[in-house]
Amino acid sequence: MPMPTTATPPLVRLQQVYKQFASGLQALAGVSLAVQADEFVALLGPSGCGKSTVLRLVAGLDAASAGQVQAPAMAPGTGSDTAFVFQEPTLMPWASVFDNVWLPLRLQGQSRRAAAPAVRQVLARVGLAEFEAAHPAQLSGGMKMRASIARALVTRPRVLLMDEPFAALDDITRQRLNIDLLQWWQGQPVPMAALFVTHSVAEAVFLSQRVLVMAARPGRVVAEVLIAQPYPRPADFRHSAEFASACRTLSAALADAHDSAAAPVPASRPPAPVRA
Amino acid sequence: MLPALARTLLPTLVLLGLLAAWELTVRLAHIPAYTLPAPSLVASTLVANFGSLAGSWWVTLRVTAGALALACAGGALIAAVFALSPTLERALFPVAVVLQVTPIVAVAPLILIYVESTTAALLLCAWIVAFFPILSNTVIGLRATDPHLRDLFVLYRATPWQRLALLRTPTALPYFVAGLKISGGLSLIGAVTAEMVAGAAGRDTGLASRILEASFRTETPKMFAALTLLVATGVMIFWLLNALSHWLLGPWHASESSRLL
Repeated sequence: MPMPTTATPPLVRLQQVYKQFASGLQALAGVSLAVQADEFVALLGPSGCGKSTVLRLVAGLDAASAGQVQAPAMAPGTGSDTAFVFQEPTLMPWASVFDNVWLPLRLQGQSRRAAAPAVRQVLARVGLAEFEAAHPAQLSGGMKMRASIARALVTRPRVLLMDEPFAALDDITRQRLNIDLLQWWQGQPVPMAALFVTHSVAEAVFLSQRVLVMAARPGRVVAEVLIAQPYPRPADFRHSAEFASACRTLSAALADAHDSAAAPVPASRPPAPVRA
Repeated sequence: MLPALARTLLPTLVLLGLLAAWELTVRLAHIPAYTLPAPSLVASTLVANFGSLAGSWWVTLRVTAGALALACAGGALIAAVFALSPTLERALFPVAVVLQVTPIVAVAPLILIYVESTTAALLLCAWIVAFFPILSNTVIGLRATDPHLRDLFVLYRATPWQRLALLRTPTALPYFVAGLKISGGLSLIGAVTAEMVAGAAGRDTGLASRILEASFRTETPKMFAALTLLVATGVMIFWLLNALSHWLLGPWHASESSRLL
């Protein structure tokens, strides 16, 4: 089972990162975390705890006020090593599904013809092969999110950042996409680190190997919970005793985080990993 | 079936009803033709004078279409420049506003003095009236990009040119089209207004000068005949631009997916 080890350097590393916005809002206060190149990590926490800010820093879309951020997005190049999936599908409404998925390759200078095999392959993997000519408005919410993920996967990124991508979907679609997401993550031709922001305990447990629990005001990582279940995870993992126990552990950690938010702990206190 | 039929049938019936009421009122009240001609008389006058009116119609059409084309090109181009350079926008937008708010009837005489070619002067007048809606709408549209899509373009390190071509321009298209629909009508209004000011001077005179000319002679039916052609032109522009809008935005934009017309 892939576990965070000290043997290989992590692909993404935040060390004592602080982020203060121009408005004066202290979004992050001393966040430290590391993600291995083949790891699936969930960031769990209440709204406003800075989860999305962490993702934006890792993507290079925002700069830290203090501290160090190491990630592929910081390296020179085309930027195609990092992919971002937002809560909304964020598709270009005027472009077909094909053209939307083509976009990252197009921005690297690939012609439609040159990109077509890669685009068609990833569309087939997410189950949208027959919808490449459709416009986003013709798709359901779940299908739009599939197209959005296809666009993220098409460059074969080394880091996949996801900001509550399934929060707006109905529960059945969400569970289906959770199962599929793990398959896509494992089926990538190159190892891909996934950092998945959610406020759903069950989603965090089902998807990830490691859950980082964040507290709000100011945002910081207050707990780390390891999910021991190996991949591939069967759909009925959700109904197992291990799943229930992991959810209990995580809910307790989340409740602690909520309580500690009222009385802030020293930001630099390293969280002790808890094995679920 | 019924709603589709009713959609075209209803406006047609209303229009025919209005014309019939007009005709009946004129006949029953014995209103003289120099006050208000009946629609039938307007129609026969139009047919009788079509040869001479058609030439003037062509002049007005040319000025209107030319002004609209220049308004499209100018409005969109200036908007793109403004979008790329906020400094230029701050510097030049007030000029555009001054051009927009100055009543064209008041400036037209000056333009006719300064610009030697009457056609060019008419074009300029119509352009001044027509370009502003396209400019201001397109400027807003170029800025209305989805923030997450903008993030995505930053993430994939798009060039400023790629951002303009692949993100900002398509985002601005519905705004541009909305401006174009307004400018279509305005370019006709601008052309006719300028013609009114220019009067009957020059060889090639448009429909407006024919209306003026007819009014001097109290040829009211002829005034109405020329007016009918102007209305037809306006409606034609409206239809053409609606068709263009449907063609450009139909597959994806909400404004075209629930059309009433």
